[in-house]
Amino acid sequence: MTPSRFHPASAPDYLPPAQMKSLQLDRLRSVVERAFDNVELFRTRLAERGLTPADIRGLEDISRLPFTVKTDLRDTYPFGLFASPMQEVVRLHASSGTTGKPIVVAYTQQDVDVWTNVMVRSLASCGITHGDIVQNAYGYGLFTGGLGAHYGAEALGATVVPISGGNTERQIMLMKDFKVTAICCTPSYFIHLLERAGELGVDVRELPLKAGVFGAEPWTESMRRHIEAAGGIKAYDIYGLSEIIGPGVAVECWAQNGLHVFEDHFYPEIVDPETGAPLPEGSEGELVITTLSKRAMPMIRYRTRDITSLVPETCPCGRTLRRMRRIGRRSDDMIILRGINVFPSQIEGALLAVEGTLPHYQIVLTREKGLDQMEVQVEVTPEVFSDQIGALEKLHDKLTHSLDHTLGLRVAVRLVKPQTIQRSEGKAKRVIDRRNLG
Amino acid sequence: MKIHQLSLFLENQPGQMIEPCRLLAGAGIDIRSLSLADTRQFGILRAIVSDWKVAAELLESKGYVVNVTEVVAIEVEDRPGGLAELMGLFENSGINIEYMYAFPFGRGNRAVMIFRFDQPDAALERLQAAGINVVGGVDVYNRVQ
Repeated sequence: MTPSRFHPASAPDYLPPAQMKSLQLDRLRSVVERAFDNVELFRTRLAERGLTPADIRGLEDISRLPFTVKTDLRDTYPFGLFASPMQEVVRLHASSGTTGKPIVVAYTQQDVDVWTNVMVRSLASCGITHGDIVQNAYGYGLFTGGLGAHYGAEALGATVVPISGGNTERQIMLMKDFKVTAICCTPSYFIHLLERAGELGVDVRELPLKAGVFGAEPWTESMRRHIEAAGGIKAYDIYGLSEIIGPGVAVECWAQNGLHVFEDHFYPEIVDPETGAPLPEGSEGELVITTLSKRAMPMIRYRTRDITSLVPETCPCGRTLRRMRRIGRRSDDMIILRGINVFPSQIEGALLAVEGTLPHYQIVLTREKGLDQMEVQVEVTPEVFSDQIGALEKLHDKLTHSLDHTLGLRVAVRLVKPQTIQRSEGKAKRVIDRRNLG
Repeated sequence: MKIHQLSLFLENQPGQMIEPCRLLAGAGIDIRSLSLADTRQFGILRAIVSDWKVAAELLESKGYVVNVTEVVAIEVEDRPGGLAELMGLFENSGINIEYMYAFPFGRGNRAVMIFRFDQPDAALERLQAAGINVVGGVDVYNRVQ
């Protein structure tokens, strides 16, 4: 898979910035008008601010528009934010929704075509092309990951193996027998797959697999190094969310240094997560996205809760699409412990520094006598286990020290039996917060 | 003349011992001897069993982390001073005994004890030079008569 191979669908990736801006402005005005005409909530909010779509004269006027937040989707469940009649809606997806009602998103045929287009461009950006055999281990169904990657890979002309998530042994067998060259799944599932392959005596590095397109959860540079070394592949980060379209909002290229946002369809802004004020280019804050061409369900200034920044420099790959730094954390994932901000990615870094590979772990938050406590539970692996208490106590101390050093606060470490931390074949559940139960 | 010992990671909580014991029982594997080392959070179950390979595979397949260590089984005179004499062999040798425990059976008037040395080969050399009987694996797995 050579980086220079060009797919015709990728043409907008290379638009001159002035042309891109003019395209964005045209599309912004039209989507604002569409939402104003068809979505009551948006119309009311514009009216409250004394605005009409005609007030959008330049791209910078976007910051005058009201935000859309996740609860807006819940509050208008199921169809309240649709801008198209159901006759024009060809697909509904929904989030699993851990609490209360799920979030529903809708697509017209044109929306599905746009989604397919950005997924073709995403996979092409990861060096995948026709002739590649793509194992799509994202879940098929209401979750957008499976179908999004599927349509994109097919339209690209690659061979799709629509295996969906789970049944890891079969995944490994087919990967080997079908000579799969690329895989799409969550990074934590791929790590699980590598582990299982190792147990079955399959060395993934020796298989034809060359690329992995990993998304649907934040992951770290150290996880990438581990995946690339243990899998013998290039690991690309893909970003997306159902509220915007699904996977294919932004993706890495061969430079693996930031994700190109498909900004001809998804307009990115960075705002202060607390105040919502727009931040200057290059600063870190919450990513806000406006869907410039969405028809069934336009999202105007949607608060993603993901923390990132936009990279001002041009990319060596030649794409003119702006890049965002990889999402290491979500404002939702941030743990505030005794006034200190802690992200699971920092904990992963600390564990990796000690053990070399990332063990299964879980963060448990409790409140004892009014004081928040954090316990990091780490599964004991065969690599670190010993018959001697001293060796395990030393491991325990090293982990504690590494966490103290990284986080700047005292954290309890508990070594636990293997397979006792709940596995998920999709997104990993890393934080158990019991602080509000007592 | 080293013997294979299995070590198992357990959490220090009620009920942790029962599953490994039942698993071994179900496979017809006898536990010849065991010792339990504990800390506040976790413990290590060390055991000599009748078939260590089958036992290790079985436990691993059930998700346990199993460590196989080579230990030495030594006959010790079962009388006052028996163990002290044996220990004398290692005095000033720099050889460290990490831990030790006994078999629930002996040979005549001699007890059989398991030693985990930090330098098992150096320890074996000293034992052999002193004519101390080191019990072989087959004897231990099949039970010393």
